[in-house]
Amino acid sequence: MEDYLQPILNGILFGGLYAAVGVGLSMIFGIVKQVNLAHGDLMIVASYLTMILISGMSFLTPWTALILVIPAMFLVGFLIQKYLLNRFLGLGMEPPLIVAFGLSIIIQNGLLVLFSPDARLLETPLAIMSFRITDLLYIPVIHLVACMVGVALIILLHFFLSKTFLGRAIRAASDDENAAQLMGIDTRNIYAWAMGIAIASAAVAGTLVGTTSIFYPHTGPQYLIIAFGVIIIGGVGSMAGTLLGGLVLGLSQLLGGKIFGPGYQLLSGYIILLVLLAIRPQGLLGRARRAG
Amino acid sequence: MSGDTILKIDNLDVHYGDMQAVWDISLTVAAGQIISIIGANGAGKSTTLRSVAGLMPPSKGRIEFMGRDITALQPFQTVAEGIAMVPEGRCIFPSLTVKENLLIGAYTPRARKRAQVACQKIYNLFPILGERANQLGTNLSGGEQQILAIGRALMSEPKLILFDEISLGLAPLIIKDIYAKITEINREGISVVLVEQDIKRSLKASSWTYIFQEGHIALSGDPAVLTEEEVKKAYFGV
Repeated sequence: MEDYLQPILNGILFGGLYAAVGVGLSMIFGIVKQVNLAHGDLMIVASYLTMILISGMSFLTPWTALILVIPAMFLVGFLIQKYLLNRFLGLGMEPPLIVAFGLSIIIQNGLLVLFSPDARLLETPLAIMSFRITDLLYIPVIHLVACMVGVALIILLHFFLSKTFLGRAIRAASDDENAAQLMGIDTRNIYAWAMGIAIASAAVAGTLVGTTSIFYPHTGPQYLIIAFGVIIIGGVGSMAGTLLGGLVLGLSQLLGGKIFGPGYQLLSGYIILLVLLAIRPQGLLGRARRAG
Repeated sequence: MSGDTILKIDNLDVHYGDMQAVWDISLTVAAGQIISIIGANGAGKSTTLRSVAGLMPPSKGRIEFMGRDITALQPFQTVAEGIAMVPEGRCIFPSLTVKENLLIGAYTPRARKRAQVACQKIYNLFPILGERANQLGTNLSGGEQQILAIGRALMSEPKLILFDEISLGLAPLIIKDIYAKITEINREGISVVLVEQDIKRSLKASSWTYIFQEGHIALSGDPAVLTEEEVKKAYFGV
């Protein structure tokens, strides 16, 4: 039994990180009813941006660089929604989906041209530190930090959506676009804000994954799939669901890897996902949304 | 102020895609007046109302509000001009509490500053909303939700309120209450447009009525003067 403690612990730590990866995709899917297929790629853009900043300004670390990366990526998200995706609103799910897919391809190839296909890592001294609990149980510090930052990010977003003026307007626009406009809300502008915030959260996730594992120009879709897993398991538009979805996905991957061997780590995560999709398609904490 | 025109619609045409729903409609609302627009389902009443609010851009014609051309404005801009709409089916925001539903009504920069005071005023006018302030808006009964939708519209400090089918699906006793409140709101100087299928109640409440039929105005006049025969003939087109 004792040798299961480490995978359980790691699964929980991965869970917090996965939740951070999924929360932005979940927000946009819930609020704008848009599937941002470029979510993972924008995370990786943030990882590269952090890399450039650190190499240009040696006093920065991946963590302090967030002060610049978060607002920059907010702006990127805001502008993508306002000048690109908003043009396809009201035309159904497919047009914005295809535009986001195109954006994903452009970003990946743009990164390839700019940075070559070499593997990168955001280096931090935390990566080689760990706390010893027992001889068989260690806490890797970098994953502990990633998990805590992920959880903090979700709590912050929850607080923002439930307590602030802008958050209230975002929820109203998400509930009923026409009625929100009748309240004086410029919903297109609200969507741009929501996308800005979602991509700012993706920037945090990008830093977290960039410090915990290597990345290439084509790593984005890998995280997009994790983000999908998180929101399918947890349910769309619920912050607690995102957190739970991350935990379930993280635990099932790590425990699956432990039981069936490392090659089955990803597969066991997706089997749990498929099982949940079959028995609870709205996700663990998802609410069945009322139409209109 | 009374006697001035607050809303003036000239020769309005509205299309849903290729289908024309409203044909050459012209009507006026005087400041402080309650007018009613009645007609069968599909007569173009709600479409006209949605055009005024900015939800349906007209294909021809002009809409003027307090002397300003608002034909091309978006809904969030018409609210800022002073037009509020209580939409058909109430459209309460399900993830917002009663209080939050009210506060979101005061979203425009002008109304936002006085939102807390306005909210208190709404609680005085509709005590039930104060009692239920922290419940989710959709937990209220149908009648209470309608009251919430009216309170929410008032929060924007409008000069004109458009009511779209407010009595739909409500019990007669509740409808009576709501109409009493509308008269009360109107006495404060807010002009009212009632779009209704409930003929009797809306004719009684309004000082001028337009009867729509298949996208045209079939008849208009002072409800106190119009005979039941005339109204029936215009409504049913027989």
